[in-house]
Amino acid sequence: MENLLNIFIKSIFVDNMIFAFFLGMCSFLAVSKSVKTAMGLGVAVIFVLLITVPINFLIEKYVLRKGALIWLGEGFGDVDLSFLTFMVFIATIAAMTQLVEMIIEKFSPALYNSLGIFLPLIAVNCAILGAALFMQEREYENVAEATVFGVGSGVGWMLAIVSIAAIREKLKYSNVPDPLKGLGITFILTGLMAIAFMGFMGIKL
Amino acid sequence: MNNQEKEPMFSAKNLKLLTEPFGNNNPITVQVLGICSALAVTVKLKPAIVMALSVTIVTAISNLVIAALRKYIPDRIRIIVQLVVIATMVILVDQFLKAYVFDVSKQLSVFVGLIITNCILMGRLEAFAMANKPWPSFLDGIGNGAGYGLILVVVSFFRELLGSGTIYGYPVFEKLGLYKSGYENNGMVILPPMALIFVGLIIWFQRSKNKSLIEKQ
Repeated sequence: MENLLNIFIKSIFVDNMIFAFFLGMCSFLAVSKSVKTAMGLGVAVIFVLLITVPINFLIEKYVLRKGALIWLGEGFGDVDLSFLTFMVFIATIAAMTQLVEMIIEKFSPALYNSLGIFLPLIAVNCAILGAALFMQEREYENVAEATVFGVGSGVGWMLAIVSIAAIREKLKYSNVPDPLKGLGITFILTGLMAIAFMGFMGIKL
Repeated sequence: MNNQEKEPMFSAKNLKLLTEPFGNNNPITVQVLGICSALAVTVKLKPAIVMALSVTIVTAISNLVIAALRKYIPDRIRIIVQLVVIATMVILVDQFLKAYVFDVSKQLSVFVGLIITNCILMGRLEAFAMANKPWPSFLDGIGNGAGYGLILVVVSFFRELLGSGTIYGYPVFEKLGLYKSGYENNGMVILPPMALIFVGLIIWFQRSKNKSLIEKQ
């Protein structure tokens, strides 16, 4: 349990997707103009990470890794499919987002209306593929750890986009130099917030 | 052969595709594409250059392939087709890096894989390659990849110089004798947040030179 809590806190604050690795920056900059849409995209990202990270973990463990195919029989012990990782991960993510979109549309039209436009965008959000690749690189032991890591990363991403959206809403009333308006000041703000987030470095539960 | 195909290979229009991304249509500072994997690799010049080259190659070739196939790709599944082409190219680049420059490949870690979701690729494929002939698309890919690389190289040049006092591993400040007169490297420049601030400053500089790029709020 403690281990899981540690991974959760760590993936939200210390290894924050935006502030430590700059993953998902494109949509972070494009969709952070109002808190409401930022919130919608944040929830969608958490949702997709919750589903894709464990699935990719299982695929990695039972199909792609060297020797992973041994459950098929002795002869498959040497098969190493790890060079297919990128292709399989991105295909899983694209397929899953499509599936999630269809399921939500069927069972919860209200949720679909609020998340709908964001779901297709998410397939190419670097944070999703990034989480899958980090999950592989950090060698989590079981599905629970991988899932907690996925959700934590999503929560961290949402925290970042909602707070920057709130700041940008207030920023309309301040006197920013013309050439710095819009994109420029957003970059610098993100940098300053990232410096603040570095205060969490080294936290261990 | 119709008239259009007789157009010289480096006509003014094609050259413009190649050079525009360096300035007024830069993928990072103007189109806001591909920031995701850009910033984390700019601590040192070497990984930044390798990353810039990889992205240029992947963008150019996948632009070429998609432009050649554009009439045969059904509209509904184009995203998946594009992802497959990009992923194939990225796997090739990744295997190549692992084979020939293993240390850099280790430094870049997951960021090579993340070229797949680099918005420059999808952005250029959707906006340009789906509607243009292979050759202009190829040039567009090279131009955008190089424009992206330019920002990477500028940011990493300053970060390496100020943060570690070296240029491409060569100890400039030590040779100049700056340390003896009490100079210290600025450790903060190596930290990830400074990359964002540097890009912000580049945008500021570019937009104060070219007023037409200023955003109206």
